[in-house]
Amino acid sequence: MTFITDTFTLAGRLIKHNLRSLDTIITVILMPIMMLLLMVYLFGGSIEIPGVSHAEYVNYVLPGILLMTIATGSAYTALRINTDKLSGMFDRFKSLPISKSAVLNGQAVALVIFMMTSTLIVLLVGFLIGFRSQANFAEWGLAILILMGFALAITWLSVPFALAAKSVDGASAFSYLVLILLFISSAFVPVTGMPKVIQVFAENQPVTHIIQAIRQLLTAQPIGNHGWIALAWIIAITLISYLLGTRIYRHV
Amino acid sequence: MTPIIEVKNIKKRFKKQLVLDSVSIEVQPGSIYALLGANGAGKSTLLKIITGLLDSDQGNVLVNNLTVTKDLRQVQQLFSFSAQTSSVDDILTGYENLVLIAKLRHVAHPKQLALDLLVQFKLTDAAKKRVADYSGGMRRRLDLAMSLVGNPEILFLDEPTTGLDPSSRNDLWQTIRELKSQGKTIFLTTQYLEEADQLADKIGFLGEGKIIATGTPSEMKHLAGSEKLQLIFLTSEQLAQAQTLLTDFKVQLIDEVSINVELPDSMQSVLKILHLLSTNEIEPNTFQVTSPTLDDVFLKLTKGASL
Repeated sequence: MTFITDTFTLAGRLIKHNLRSLDTIITVILMPIMMLLLMVYLFGGSIEIPGVSHAEYVNYVLPGILLMTIATGSAYTALRINTDKLSGMFDRFKSLPISKSAVLNGQAVALVIFMMTSTLIVLLVGFLIGFRSQANFAEWGLAILILMGFALAITWLSVPFALAAKSVDGASAFSYLVLILLFISSAFVPVTGMPKVIQVFAENQPVTHIIQAIRQLLTAQPIGNHGWIALAWIIAITLISYLLGTRIYRHV
Repeated sequence: MTPIIEVKNIKKRFKKQLVLDSVSIEVQPGSIYALLGANGAGKSTLLKIITGLLDSDQGNVLVNNLTVTKDLRQVQQLFSFSAQTSSVDDILTGYENLVLIAKLRHVAHPKQLALDLLVQFKLTDAAKKRVADYSGGMRRRLDLAMSLVGNPEILFLDEPTTGLDPSSRNDLWQTIRELKSQGKTIFLTTQYLEEADQLADKIGFLGEGKIIATGTPSEMKHLAGSEKLQLIFLTSEQLAQAQTLLTDFKVQLIDEVSINVELPDSMQSVLKILHLLSTNEIEPNTFQVTSPTLDDVFLKLTKGASL
């Protein structure tokens, strides 16, 4: 029981951090919003996707932009964790008679909330510029669950990097990896136009499955295997990063 | 009295380097122990091992007769640890920092306790300010207040005054003395000999991973030898004359016109020496009596250790 209250006490601390650094939230959501506007108004007109009209391109690109919001948020995640490590906050927490995992779990809870809030803001911008969905309640619910799962996986994935990094700059560099995975996926253009070798990678990497699942759900289409594969990736990434992260945490 | 902290034969290696080599320490309840050492001597590493933040390769630590590695949760109820960097949350206010720790320590009334501690540490005016705007001294006071949440018996303070200006440092020393008078056991690390001299009941010198000397501040000073009389003459002829007169004393040449004379029995010897000089009409230009400082002890001991 104290494990849960400790986790929420620690998450509450970080939620206060997030509310007080509005500039960080703005930086985190600015890049995906710029990207959304660029893709829809500048490049969208030149991108031909079978079955998707130029007016509907915003519907195609939005799921990828939502994942990009989570990815840019992960740079901030890493920064928070690394700051706590370098400032000695972790030493203080570790010397308290509280459960060891409460500290990292508190980080994860607060950061998923932070990422979902930024995602919601970007989604609203999407609606403003013409995003529409035929999805029903259940499909929306599933799409949001997958987004939360992705946020959780990326948060935990950033933990080992943030803990191992010697400086704040190094810690946030991790998010570029996720951004690269986004570009080599079906986020902005279909993978069929990519060189053969890259295409094979793009079709099978986790981000593509996650995007496809969300895209199909929001356009009220059957999601095929994408949902299950996305779920498997999310669980695997979360689990491995969790084990690795808690292990490193014990020694920092 | 049985010691409240017993460090027994701690060894720690980082990669191939032996950082701590058979370190043993005993700390009596209600006393201040100062672990003195230069940067990189292994002070923080030892403190992390004692507080269970780091595992040792060999040896063990008993706190209140509980083994730290085995009964960590119980031991953690007894102490608090504040790291070298003053682990306070910059984005939260002073009040919020205290409430956070009070909640995590599960005290009965976190908010009331936070307010009380703010008063005790003269931080009430800054209670609602973010810690990022605090001065170095205020941060340290908040850090110490956070360490007192839950009323632990033992406080571990890693270099509590590093980076503080002299007046904040004196304030903090005063606070640490008050905490001792309330019955707390305090284990601190420092690289300032003066600090150990001012605060500690017992000092341990950590050099190259070993405790190379241990004792009370006055015992430590005794190790460095007796007091000295420094005499500075106007000419080297005067100095030569003086040397021939002072054959009963241990004389050390400093430069062409000055010497150090060891004083076996303090003021008695000073009078004797000055009398001897004045009856022979040798008048030193200036003179002063110097007591050995902990610096002298330290230099002497570390020199010995590296030989």
